[in-house]
Amino acid sequence: MRHIISILLENESGALSRVAGLFSARAYNIESLSVAPTDDPSLSRMTIVTTGTDEIIEQINKQLNKLVDVVKLIDMTGDVHIERELMLIKVHASDGERDEVKRLVDIFHGRIIDVTDTTYTIEITGKGDKLDAFVQALSSIAIHEVVRSGLIGISRGEKGLI
Amino acid sequence: MELTGADIVIQSLKSEGVEYVFGYPGGAVLHIYDAFFKQDDVKHILVRHEQGATHAADGYARSTGKPGVVLVTSGPGATNAVTGVATAYMDSIPMIVITGQVPKSLIGNDAFQEVDSVGITRPIVKHNFLIKDVKDIASTFKKAFYVATTGRPGPVVIDIPKDITAEKHEFSYPAEIKMRSYNPTVKGHIGQIKRAAELILSAERPMIYTGGGVILGNASEQLTTFTRKLGYPITNTLMGLGAYPADDKQFVGMLGMHGTYEANMGMHQCDVLIAIGARFDDRVTGNLEKFCPDARIIHIDVDPASISKNVKVDIPIVGEVSQVLDDFNRVLGDMSKNDGSPALDKWWAQIDEWRSQDCLKYDRDSELIKPQYVIEQLHEVTKGDAFVTSDVGQHQMWAAQYYGFNKPRRWINSGGLGTMGFGLPAALGVQLAHPDAQVACITGEASFQMCLQELSTAKQYRLPVKILCLNNQYMGMVRQWQEFFYEKRYAMSYVEALPDFCALAESYGHVGIQIEKPSDVRGAIEEAFARKDDAVFLNFMTDKSENVYPMIPAGAGLNEMILV
Repeated sequence: MRHIISILLENESGALSRVAGLFSARAYNIESLSVAPTDDPSLSRMTIVTTGTDEIIEQINKQLNKLVDVVKLIDMTGDVHIERELMLIKVHASDGERDEVKRLVDIFHGRIIDVTDTTYTIEITGKGDKLDAFVQALSSIAIHEVVRSGLIGISRGEKGLI
Repeated sequence: MELTGADIVIQSLKSEGVEYVFGYPGGAVLHIYDAFFKQDDVKHILVRHEQGATHAADGYARSTGKPGVVLVTSGPGATNAVTGVATAYMDSIPMIVITGQVPKSLIGNDAFQEVDSVGITRPIVKHNFLIKDVKDIASTFKKAFYVATTGRPGPVVIDIPKDITAEKHEFSYPAEIKMRSYNPTVKGHIGQIKRAAELILSAERPMIYTGGGVILGNASEQLTTFTRKLGYPITNTLMGLGAYPADDKQFVGMLGMHGTYEANMGMHQCDVLIAIGARFDDRVTGNLEKFCPDARIIHIDVDPASISKNVKVDIPIVGEVSQVLDDFNRVLGDMSKNDGSPALDKWWAQIDEWRSQDCLKYDRDSELIKPQYVIEQLHEVTKGDAFVTSDVGQHQMWAAQYYGFNKPRRWINSGGLGTMGFGLPAALGVQLAHPDAQVACITGEASFQMCLQELSTAKQYRLPVKILCLNNQYMGMVRQWQEFFYEKRYAMSYVEALPDFCALAESYGHVGIQIEKPSDVRGAIEEAFARKDDAVFLNFMTDKSENVYPMIPAGAGLNEMILV
């Protein structure tokens, strides 16, 4: 099953490689990983999407907790939470395609953030499946590049990683 | 007072009460060596290879409970230390390994003798540090010792670029350290302990299974009280030997791949398993599908990640083993021990029947020297009170099976990683820590050659260790597997061109004794230990075809042993 693990860790060089190394050394899957400093610059917040049996997920949580740089973590999967991912996508857009692309962008609540004679660059956020659906919807359009941030998440309500 | 970074390193070690540093100099650590030269508080032991330094520090740590300290240079110094760091990591040994690094400005430039020590050691340390500023040296050492020695212990590597060991800074060693990201659990959950106590007292076929965690956690005394109070059978893992006296009637021997018949059968048939400071290693459990099929399992461990890693447990208790057992002993208090219960009597009768198999019997009338006999004689001559280190292979299993350890921290071997070459340097570390004790290194002719350069270190520091080489001219354990599972195709397990070990030992200034007849075994061991000031190499020419029994083949259950 797919799990979203949110980790608060020391913002030190090497902390990211400890986490990444743990996953490769113990043959755990990483679907996506995103990390950046928090409002407290001494801490980083990392979101990992992983898959595995209940036993493996339990081990992943325990092994992550064991890393000396990890301050705290939660597995958000079971709780109500918000997931978001950002995608930047550059598509071919010449005369005949421009209206169609613009219409799709509006339907998906995206924004066109860069325009040339032949391309649109689109920004769109949402859950992973929405981004997938958008890419799917563009099937008749030539896609030049796709950049996705990897998923980030936060718990709803007062609960959190504080 | 302002000190150089190098002096701060030494002063930090002194503040931690470090007696010995095992190391080898090189370019990146020359400032630190210069600082060593100017003081006498922390003694430096010069080894002949960095792997030897790590194993010596490891032996020191295992025999004392104090962290072992290693100092090596950058590049090859660090990579040579890697095997020893991994050895300590797998057995959870507290160790501080200081590696020199090229100056900060050269890091990443493929400089002479540069490797990414922090990157290379990351998967085999509890934690590691790269110090980037002279002002951080003291606090990093404080953190390193704290992390290495608390919770589940382990090695910590500190990588120090050369330039900052020359820079100056005010020295003050922190009295305390707090780390928001590291808070090991100490006390066990009392509710869980009470639940577990009820299950323990309801057991009809109980088994206590304890590992290295009891020794690392200095909980032998608590374990002995607990076990005697209950009157239950107890088995120890390879790493746990000595935590409970081997000569006690409740002790059923080691378990696992080369465990006793009674221990493994007892595990297989028990209804309540009490696992303490043990990690359900594959060499212990055999086939997990067949492991303890009828047992409800209680697991006490300081490391939450050890719990339900390989085997799902029913009652987990996270905490320091000594604290948890103290609580158990209090909770069990006057609760009548299950003594005299018909179920327990029946269980003991069953265990005694298994015992009567005498699974460790061997041919005592052989004209060849039986390796088991050598270990038994060592036990007698040393009155079971020696520190025994070993290398890895058949001799290691025989030492574990036949020496009979009655005290913790006496049996020193590489259990998790299985590092050949461990025995001799580990023995040197033990002897330094216990100058008046009897220290024996049980080895084989193959393992011994992996770190034999440390014979020179033994001479320099006059460390009178006794090396008992069970020389069967084969990599015995490899040969045994080839005999059993590869139709006797002995690929590369026969060592041709062995040296004259006695002459080799003598060339280093030690004593060599060659033993070829069973009748000479006892006398040779007595002579060796009578030579109080000499290191002695005893070359026992043993039966080449002897195998370690019992044996559980890979993939089999604990009840599927090959017996003699």
